[in-house]
Amino acid sequence: MSDEPGLRLQVDPIACVAHASCRELLPERITLDEWGYPIISTDPLPPDLVSHARRAVAACPTLALRVDGKLARQR
Amino acid sequence: MTIMLERAMPATLPRLLAGGRRLAEHRSTYGAMPLARYAGEAGRQRLIDEVLGAGLRGRGGAGFPTGRKLATVAGGDKRPVVIANGCESEPASRKDRMLLTAAPHLVLDGAVLAAHAVGADRVMLCVERGSSLADRLERELTQRRDDPVKWRLVRVPRRYVASEESALVHYINSGDARPTAVPPRPFERGVGGRPTLVDNVETLAHIALIAAYGAYWFRELGTESDPGSTLVTISGAVAQPNVYEIAPGMRLGEVLDAAGGATEPLSAVLVGGYFGTWVSLPDGWSLPLSHDRSGPGGTTLGAGAIVALPAGACGLAETARVARYLAEESAAQCGPCQFGLPAIANDLAAVAFARCDPATRQRLTRRIGMVTGRGACRHPDGATRLVNSALTTFAADLETHMDGWTCTGVSRDPILPLPDKRHRDKGWK
Ligand code: SF4
Ligand code: SF4
Repeated sequence: MSDEPGLRLQVDPIACVAHASCRELLPERITLDEWGYPIISTDPLPPDLVSHARRAVAACPTLALRVDGKLARQR
Repeated sequence: MTIMLERAMPATLPRLLAGGRRLAEHRSTYGAMPLARYAGEAGRQRLIDEVLGAGLRGRGGAGFPTGRKLATVAGGDKRPVVIANGCESEPASRKDRMLLTAAPHLVLDGAVLAAHAVGADRVMLCVERGSSLADRLERELTQRRDDPVKWRLVRVPRRYVASEESALVHYINSGDARPTAVPPRPFERGVGGRPTLVDNVETLAHIALIAAYGAYWFRELGTESDPGSTLVTISGAVAQPNVYEIAPGMRLGEVLDAAGGATEPLSAVLVGGYFGTWVSLPDGWSLPLSHDRSGPGGTTLGAGAIVALPAGACGLAETARVARYLAEESAAQCGPCQFGLPAIANDLAAVAFARCDPATRQRLTRRIGMVTGRGACRHPDGATRLVNSALTTFAADLETHMDGWTCTGVSRDPILPLPDKRHRDKGWK
């Protein structure tokens, strides 16, 4: 998985407190579950969404959201 | 290069359980720890190659190739640490406790050899706290003053996810036994920021045998993708519930026969413990068991727990009780796990113990899909795997519950064991 090029959105599920500002800034890639926690598509980000994604990352109050070249939990 | 063995070891079973409990008995069965044979940098590499060649898979549940883990930890830039994981939090499993009781020095030899292979000089032996096992192991460790490692016995809170590898590292580092977000994984940055090898105690015992008798010997049992022998805990409706040493590739029916056979007609068998899958009978009799997840239906031995379900019991009710337990055992750090698992447990309880209405059934399926893959650890994934497989395996029962009939099985005494609430730790410290 990690061999594929491209940036991916990633959330640290422990740090995330369901504040949901990320969803407002990036509705293209983020939906909310019934408890208000973000469901994030981890497909590579298309170039036109990268700056929006970075804005959502910056807006996360707990630094739970990242844009990363790697996926968590790979092994 | 041919390594001369001090003692021949038959290729047959038992292997792990052939030795003794005391150090002297252990040495007279397996000989001295073969450290000298793997001296120096080249020797360490040879030991890792031997484990790689043996094709040993981890016996803690995930079944990851052990040699690859050794090689990764050995390649780190700081001196690594070894954790011998003997916290058997799986309620249906007893094999690690059994092994640590019957053959503690085989495990300890394996830990020393693994430490040597990766270049570590500290080994932390982790067991659940509050058991007599911990005290006994403490005494055994005093017999091993000559070991080239510094031992530490760690008593870990009795919680299901506290034996998860990031949780163990977190507990040792900070006294909090909840899993942490990954990356970094323990093999990159673990105890004290050092690369940390976390291996199940049975895995370590196999390393000791591979170091002594070699990869070819190891491969004389088991299958190509899951060689060697393995411990399984068999319980439920069998004549002799116990821990058995078997060879991977054995069929489910043969394994149940090894435990004395069924005591009443069976409808299904839970394979792999509470993160495992239900296998329905009679189709499942011929299913070969192994730690390799590529098998039929994704069934794997996991941590080796096998529970036989009598036809008169209700698989949905059994699973509902376990789902409730797993929900209570969430470390409540990740929203989807903290809120999703109780919601799933409630839905499944409604489906199992009351009339199964289609709306609840649909909501359950949706919620299963929603929490899977969204925790920091694999707790939600394991729990949903179990619930999903119950819904598939007991689909006919579900129809009955759907028609407004619950089966008589729901009022039977539970088959799947759950720890007494009084013996569960509440906190994580
Ligand atoms: S903004 Fe941050 S904390 Fe809030 S939901 Fe998104 S990831 Fe979670
Ligand atoms: S997934 Fe569940 S058990 Fe695992 S760390 Fe998150 S809350 Fe804890």
